Amino acid sequence: MSIDAKSIDLKDRFGDFFYRNLERLRDGLPEYINNKREGAIQNFQKYGIPNKKVEAYKYTDLKPAFEKEYRTYIEPKKIDFDLNDIFRCDVPELDTHVVLLLNGWFYETKTPQKKLPNGLIITSLREAANRYPDIVEKHYNRYADSETESLTALNTAFAQDGVFIYVPKGKTMDKPVQIINLLMDEEDGMSQHRNLFVMEEETHAQVIVCDHTLSQKNFLTNSVTEVYAGQNARMDFVRIQNEHNGSTQLSNFYLNQERDSRVTANTISLHGGLIRNNYNLRLNGENCENNTLGLYLTDRGQHIDSYVHMDHAYPHCRSNQLFKGVLDDYATGAFNGRILVRQDAQKTEAYQANNNILLTDDARMNSKPQLEIYADDVKCSHGGTSGQLNEEAMFYLRSRGIPLKEAQLLLMYAFAHEIIGQIHIKPLQDRIHELIEKRLRGELSRCNYCQMHCGDAGKN
Amino acid sequence: MLTIKNLHASIEGNEILKGINLEVQKGEIHAIMGPNGSGKSTLASVLAGRNLFEVTEGEILYNGKNLMEMAPEERAREGIFLGFQYPVEIPGVSMMNFLKTAINEQRKHRGQEEMKSSDFLKMMREKKDLVEIDSNLTNRSVNEGFSGGEKKRNEIFQMAMLDPKLSILDETDSGLDIDALKIVAHGVNQLKSPDNATIVITHYQRLLNYIIPDKVHVLYDGKIVKSGGKQLALELEDKGYEWLSKEAAK
Repeated sequence: MSIDAKSIDLKDRFGDFFYRNLERLRDGLPEYINNKREGAIQNFQKYGIPNKKVEAYKYTDLKPAFEKEYRTYIEPKKIDFDLNDIFRCDVPELDTHVVLLLNGWFYETKTPQKKLPNGLIITSLREAANRYPDIVEKHYNRYADSETESLTALNTAFAQDGVFIYVPKGKTMDKPVQIINLLMDEEDGMSQHRNLFVMEEETHAQVIVCDHTLSQKNFLTNSVTEVYAGQNARMDFVRIQNEHNGSTQLSNFYLNQERDSRVTANTISLHGGLIRNNYNLRLNGENCENNTLGLYLTDRGQHIDSYVHMDHAYPHCRSNQLFKGVLDDYATGAFNGRILVRQDAQKTEAYQANNNILLTDDARMNSKPQLEIYADDVKCSHGGTSGQLNEEAMFYLRSRGIPLKEAQLLLMYAFAHEIIGQIHIKPLQDRIHELIEKRLRGELSRCNYCQMHCGDAGKN
Repeated sequence: MLTIKNLHASIEGNEILKGINLEVQKGEIHAIMGPNGSGKSTLASVLAGRNLFEVTEGEILYNGKNLMEMAPEERAREGIFLGFQYPVEIPGVSMMNFLKTAINEQRKHRGQEEMKSSDFLKMMREKKDLVEIDSNLTNRSVNEGFSGGEKKRNEIFQMAMLDPKLSILDETDSGLDIDALKIVAHGVNQLKSPDNATIVITHYQRLLNYIIPDKVHVLYDGKIVKSGGKQLALELEDKGYEWLSKEAAK
């Protein structure tokens, strides 16, 4: 059940595969999801896998990742052991509602989830689509752009499962929801899961997403997450990307914020072969606040590309984007951020910054902040820097007896702190601090006790 | 303790120090005075090991060792301390973490074990009182958002924590009001012992009312043109630096 044939064009390859398996893709899902598939695959075929000629993908070549052969997960893989035996999140004080996705499929743990009170829901998208069609249909594919974004269209064509979270009006999720994406197989694999988080009016929730690879195979993930934050909703979103060098992660995040809502999204990219994070953020009401932050630490041949599209559609909203990175060896990265302030969005405050430390002459960063403003009463700024560690600060530290290497670490750590300090879940913040330190020291930073030593996969 | 012989140093091809000779013994306080641009801060930086400057000639011996062969951190661990004219703000590095790392590196160098946290905190408290520095400051990032006076006090605080053998205070008095100046001077005097030495670099005589030097040197155009006792500082205060050009021409 794999996508093969190297020579055919990638679009046709996926197209053929799609039509051959359409019945299986549709199986068990309602029509309002299935009827989006064919249009989506056509849209995908119109544009294909974005190549470097596409402005937004100028610095990221996806072709090699897509040209590999993958077993695609159009049905869940049977495993005959309990995942919880090999994987345990190692942030002990972190009390969360844990859900696992294995290769993109919701993993039913042997100990059944306690039923949540007050109409709160955490379940698989598959189940939600059938049990709560009123909610899902209202939001599914409503914020994601399956028309012109070919990767999103590809996901919409193939999506079968993922995580669904629902917080009804006026409710608060008592503890953070932790979604752990695990990739594990004996063969190279591809996952296209789809998440939907719906937060009604006056709600509050924290969501943590952890990405891990548990076996030494090449993996390609093309995920879509849609988030609806209703009026005066508060949401903290933290994502920790920690996959090995043989992984490609394409993450498409769509957020719609209604008036008075406040969302903070913090992505910590500790490790990964190729990471492309797309953030499409729409402030769809007055007085919204959005903080979108990212920290990436890359070395060797790793590549990370962050793309942000911030749409200020209404007045009196504030947005702040801050992306920081440390690039070592011959790692490469790109940042492309666009702030759009529409004509009606007066009194907008929008800021954007991308700061990078390049530790070697071979590390490379391409940064492209953009502002597009049609309103006349706004406060906006953007900027990017790429440089070495501050020489004066280095000397200051060394003049107190701190060795060169340690001084470098302290400064890198400080550089990272600006992002990590804004993670509002304290045990997680502490743990990430530790992981960052380990990572910067070049120690392996698997953030779990798992027995699989996949950290070496895909080296070279 | 410190012997500087015929020291020449330049930056980007411009010679700043043009043959400095200086001898500092244990237990002494030396003041180096001179107009702006005479090379005072360059001398301090060269002693601390800043690689911005190239030493083209001469030698510096510190307790018999060739200082030029040592990295800045090695010099520090051997007991050299530079009080910066412009202390650097380092957001994200906490004072606590910074000082702990510095002290433990020093201890490691001396073959001692890492300091216990309780001992470290106790020491912090003692030394804080010495320079009357607020806990608010030591709980922050290194120098971040400190006023000019607070930064200078923080330098003396670090000096107290690290207990150096040779302290070089580069214009520690600049930008201080008289109260802050007294506190800084008090700190320096308290830390004085028969085993350590201090070089005070200053533009003004004022600081020397509170820190009494054993020797005063006048630096002019990269050379020490005059040395003497503490009365030389008063003389300078009277006559200004003008007359030195004649002195230098002799």
